[in-house]
Amino acid sequence: MMTMDEFRSLFHNGIIKQNTGLVQLLGLCPLLAISNNVINALSLGLATTMVMAASSGAVSGVRHFVPNEIRIPVFVLIIAALVTVIDLAMNAFVHPLYLVLGIFIPLITTNCIVLARADAFAAKNRPLHSVVDAVAMGLGLTLVLIVLGAIRELAGQGTLLSGIDLVFGEASKAFVLHVLPDYRGFLLAILPPGAFIALGLLIAANNWYKARAERRVHAAAPMPA
Amino acid sequence: MTSAIHAALRNALRTGVILFVFAVVGTAMLAFTHDRTEPIITRGQLAEKRALLGQVLPATLYDNDLLASQQSVPPDDLLGTRQPSALWLARRGGEFSGVVLEAVAPDGYSGDIALLIGIDADGTVTGVRVTAHRETPGLGDYIDRAKSAWIDQFAGKSHTHPAPKHWKVVKDGGAFDARAGATITPRAVVKAVRSALDYFAQHRAAFAAPPPAEKAQPVKEKRS
Repeated sequence: MMTMDEFRSLFHNGIIKQNTGLVQLLGLCPLLAISNNVINALSLGLATTMVMAASSGAVSGVRHFVPNEIRIPVFVLIIAALVTVIDLAMNAFVHPLYLVLGIFIPLITTNCIVLARADAFAAKNRPLHSVVDAVAMGLGLTLVLIVLGAIRELAGQGTLLSGIDLVFGEASKAFVLHVLPDYRGFLLAILPPGAFIALGLLIAANNWYKARAERRVHAAAPMPA
Repeated sequence: MTSAIHAALRNALRTGVILFVFAVVGTAMLAFTHDRTEPIITRGQLAEKRALLGQVLPATLYDNDLLASQQSVPPDDLLGTRQPSALWLARRGGEFSGVVLEAVAPDGYSGDIALLIGIDADGTVTGVRVTAHRETPGLGDYIDRAKSAWIDQFAGKSHTHPAPKHWKVVKDGGAFDARAGATITPRAVVKAVRSALDYFAQHRAAFAAPPPAEKAQPVKEKRS
């Protein structure tokens, strides 16, 4: 079992302290490619979270049987097999969802966060903790993806949530926000350079925020005599 | 000394066996899942194909069983195909009324774009759909009807409308819209639809020939 404190610290770690997108800078390939609108970003984030939870759980479950020397090939094998199984199962059993997330699942294999969490955390911790850690990391990534997607979609097309009907059905089309009506579009934001620039700004903002928080702590601490 | 080598060998053997066991378990998992999901996936693909045929050729144009009219045609440069592809012949009251062609745009941004093109007996495009592509999500994938209505602009077009020299994207001086930043993809699609019309013009007589009764047997469904 896990305590509330452990649970909280895992989430704090995954979403803030070691955020994969902003702090660890892992898995940038899909992060930069798919963050051109909010719905794509959300879909990729959730698909990654799902795959990470499954693979971390599996890796943690077999960690006692894997000699240290061959842990990476074994983990890669487990992750690749799991991703393929999830891909096939989704195609067969939840086809509507597959049509939306399907193209993202193979992209996840290029994502090193999955392997990084398997090696850095799941290989040393119990399954429950590993799954919680993977979910927290996945949600941290999802949040960054959504913010990045929102910035790029807003700057690039002047909308938010476009394409929501692909995920939640035709009825949700009304939720698409045309924030800037008659916006002519800003192509750079949609293209890969826009992703690099927006991510750079996000990282800078995050670093500035952390530095300021640290200065405050220093200022509040009594000066040593 | 020999005992050290012996220990190292034993260790290598042990890790090798463990790796092998994981590989076997992983392969078994994949084989099992594949075995269980394949019929469902194939069935889903067939149902999709049926629905797709209905989207490129209006149901009012034919009264025959379109799926059963499937024929296999050899690879053809005009269709962009490197493997035999399928076509479906539509008839109304026994008269040839249209055809659905499988075509490939081989010069997409990320490789082949598979198309389904409906053409009526007059040589007018009734509809085009992208059935498979690997274009960049969010950039070139607007050719997919699920993402945007871009592909609808082909309906009603023919060899002469627009004129042959306008069978290009707007950026190249043609009549077909394309989104800025992703012109390679639509360029490939426009070119592929145009050569499919050429293919149609060349083969129209064969399509319109009344099928000999024994030749009308459906070709075995091709998995795509």
